[in-house]
Amino acid sequence: MEELKGPPRWMDRIIEFYCRKDLLEDLQGDLHEYYFRNLEKSRRRANLIFLLDVFKFCRLYTIQKPKILGQMTFLNLMGNYFKTSVRSIARNKLFSSINIVGLAVSMSVGLLMITYIGETLTFDEFHEKKNRIYRVTSNYQSISSDDPFDLASTSVFIGEKLREQYTGFEKVLIMRRNFNADIAKGENIINVRGHYSTTEFFDVFSFDLKSGDPATALKEPNSIILTEKAAKKLFTDEDPVGQIVTAGEKSYTVTGLMSEVPENSHIQFEALASFSTLEKEHRDNENSTFFTWRSIWMNYVYLLLEEGVRPEQINQNLAEIAAEENAKTDRYTINHKLESLLDIVPGRDLSNQIGPSINWENIYQLLGLTLIIILSACFNYTNLSIARALRRAKEVGIRKVVGASQTQVLMQFVFEAILIAIFSLVIAGGFYLLIKPEFVSSVVDDENIGMQFRWIHLFYFLLFAIAIGFVSGILPSLVLSKLKAISILTDATKLKLFKGVNLRKVLIVFQFAISMALIIGATITYRQYNFSINYDLGFTSENILNMELFGNDSEVLITELSKLPEVKEMSRSGMIPSTGEIWGEDLKYKDPMDSVSIYFNRVDKNYPGVHELTFLAGGTFPYDMKEDDENPKFIIIDRALCERFGFEKPEDALGEIVYLQRRVEDDVPVQVTGVIENYQYQNLAEDPEPTALIQGGKDDLYTINMVISSNDIIGLMDKIEEIWTDVEKVHPFTASFMDDQIQSSYAHYKVMFRIFTFLAILAIAISTMGLLGMAVFTTETRIKEVSIRKVLGASEQNLIMILSRSFMIMLFISAIIAIPFTYFFFTEYILGEFKKRIDIGLMELLPGVLLIFLIGFLTISWQTIKAAKTNPADMLRDE
Amino acid sequence: MKGTNLGEFEEIVLLTIASLMSEAYSVNIVDEIEDVTGRKTKLGVVHAVLKRMEDKGLITSELGEPTKERGGRRKRFFTISHTGKVALMKAKEQRDKLWGKIPELVFQGI
Repeated sequence: MEELKGPPRWMDRIIEFYCRKDLLEDLQGDLHEYYFRNLEKSRRRANLIFLLDVFKFCRLYTIQKPKILGQMTFLNLMGNYFKTSVRSIARNKLFSSINIVGLAVSMSVGLLMITYIGETLTFDEFHEKKNRIYRVTSNYQSISSDDPFDLASTSVFIGEKLREQYTGFEKVLIMRRNFNADIAKGENIINVRGHYSTTEFFDVFSFDLKSGDPATALKEPNSIILTEKAAKKLFTDEDPVGQIVTAGEKSYTVTGLMSEVPENSHIQFEALASFSTLEKEHRDNENSTFFTWRSIWMNYVYLLLEEGVRPEQINQNLAEIAAEENAKTDRYTINHKLESLLDIVPGRDLSNQIGPSINWENIYQLLGLTLIIILSACFNYTNLSIARALRRAKEVGIRKVVGASQTQVLMQFVFEAILIAIFSLVIAGGFYLLIKPEFVSSVVDDENIGMQFRWIHLFYFLLFAIAIGFVSGILPSLVLSKLKAISILTDATKLKLFKGVNLRKVLIVFQFAISMALIIGATITYRQYNFSINYDLGFTSENILNMELFGNDSEVLITELSKLPEVKEMSRSGMIPSTGEIWGEDLKYKDPMDSVSIYFNRVDKNYPGVHELTFLAGGTFPYDMKEDDENPKFIIIDRALCERFGFEKPEDALGEIVYLQRRVEDDVPVQVTGVIENYQYQNLAEDPEPTALIQGGKDDLYTINMVISSNDIIGLMDKIEEIWTDVEKVHPFTASFMDDQIQSSYAHYKVMFRIFTFLAILAIAISTMGLLGMAVFTTETRIKEVSIRKVLGASEQNLIMILSRSFMIMLFISAIIAIPFTYFFFTEYILGEFKKRIDIGLMELLPGVLLIFLIGFLTISWQTIKAAKTNPADMLRDE
Repeated sequence: MKGTNLGEFEEIVLLTIASLMSEAYSVNIVDEIEDVTGRKTKLGVVHAVLKRMEDKGLITSELGEPTKERGGRRKRFFTISHTGKVALMKAKEQRDKLWGKIPELVFQGI
């Protein structure tokens, strides 16, 4: 007869779960009988009735009592487990300390990650309406470029359009960044930085306004809200609200006083100015691009959605607006999308952030590296415990004979592992405090993340330790708990404990592969960093001191500075090349439809000389821009641009007129006075683009470049600072050497190098300790074999060979795995984005691997030599 | 005393068990009650009553041999214990007494 299909298994499971064992069988049988009866009508009906019955039979008399009894035994035995664990830890000092130290070292890194991620997750959590606040982000795709820009900023246009024509939100807040003013009250002048904001600021966000009316404080033009710290500097003890402060020719009324902005806010500011200040300036100006669809670079729009409104709804509205506006032009498309306030930090990698930003990718990378190190230490525990399981086997046997179940033995050993992890946690806490400052300053490098200790962290740490204990202890516990009492107690030598041998080898290979990968990583990043800072940029950056002008009259400063004998030459420029900063412009030659995107710098006529740029033809500008010149007259182009415009020889370009493209006004004609050899304008990571030097006026030159020659740099700096402070009162003297500026733009490679080195050291330490443990164990267990071999005439070298061979093979396998993996990882992933990079060859790959071989070899031979040198008589005497 | 007297449904179940002899297991009991009395009976109710009467000692139970039909699960067969028999007899006696006291006049015409 064909077996009929019964009810779904999961329904049976429910009844099996709750029903008392003595009632289960016949009750379940009854239900099945009914089930098959109902099946004649339809399966669905039968299933339904069965399920209902399953629930109907859940009554007081059918439910089994919870197994409190089993848990009670665990609690009773806890004292005993604790005692045996401590004894076993104390008895095997070497193995215990390898385990504890290894775990502690790796856990300290874990603790760092917990505090770091914990802190980033608190960002913007303090806003009461956080779940309803959304930010409008932008995506800008120009037809002349392949890569779209993802921006945190957006246009004023979209904010006003939403406010006027759409619903679904309670408030629309528009902000604009870069409010930067030197505000003065009487004698006191301070520099404050902040943003412009519309009146909805305090409706949307929960920032704390101490005095002033939140509804009107940002209403009138030229209103300003100060934070307490800024107000204190300016007014000392006076009440600032209602006072009038001046900023250059403008004046502002202080309408509010705020507490300091919390560190974990994605918006940071010292002052907020009313948005109406800007509106007033731009509203009547016809040429202003302030309110246009495409000016999406400086403004931020936040929406407070109505309860129950989904962001998708608003996204649709945004898409409608975009479709309508994008139809008006074919040069670019702009699209907008909402992003939740809570997804800002940590969040996507967007340009033009209003404040601090942390993206998920970085967090995942750090997390991945940490996990690798932690796993490595867990493997040590697993390996050593399985290897030494034989020693604990008798204990397991006795426990089982007196009635311990497999689960209880399992729990005992997991408990022991957790106990060790908690010991390690204490030590890890110490390491953690030791490495935290360095981590905060070089890896995090964000003044808004101080990684302050909070009590809740202790709880997380403990959970973390328990998790680590569990992960590292579960495998050996499984092995031990599965042992059969009878086989342990009758003939222990026949125990099949060494099924774990291959697993252990795999774990060791994995550990060493990680160590090698990390050390190779450290070598490669270090070389790339060195390569980057020593790269021939095509201009001189040595001994050039760049001083920021902050809008001061450069003429006055230059006259004063030229009196110093140490200052040899001077020039002025808009930006500093090779530091990652980029200024872009569109340039046309004869064909009005053919415009070229170029990178440019605004400079004076001395600039090429000071930076020793090589002229292929022509020379620098004949004169600098005059005070009342509105537009530049001259341009110097590089070889790439010269070729792009189709000049056959550099000389052909001289005297030609090219046009700087303007969107609103007429294009600006400029004359080519010289052609220079290509130089490294951008960071080495980028593809080189055509560049040009454009004559710069007073408003475009932000920096004085001085060629310095002095043995007493500190003394000279003091002299320059003196000149500076005579001219400028508010802004501090800010100058740095060009070499340092260029170097610091590669700082993240330095940071990466440090992270890799640090982790490599940890990984090597952990895996070496593990290797040592295994070597000690193997030599201990094989000491009789060694003695017998020796008696039979084996030489010491022979014995060392025999004992070391399997370890050395494992190291080789690790290298075979690690080298190609790291090679591909770095060429494809890390350095792949670098246009100018080192070639990774044997010199980069081998030293690290050899170092690890050396360390591994020393570790093993320390033990094997000891074993080979023992007197066989001592070992065999007792047999 | 409450505990010594049988409830109405208990009595029916007991009688059914007695009448089914060695075939008295839950599903059968439910079917039989439905057949004889014509009233819809739920397994859950019968199950609870059986359990209660077993606790009181009116019936005893044992598991039978596994059969193919219930996925190999054994049936629980019930038999009336001595106490159960006594309780049934007592109930019948009480009723007979009461019947005896009713004058025939009462049921005339039915």
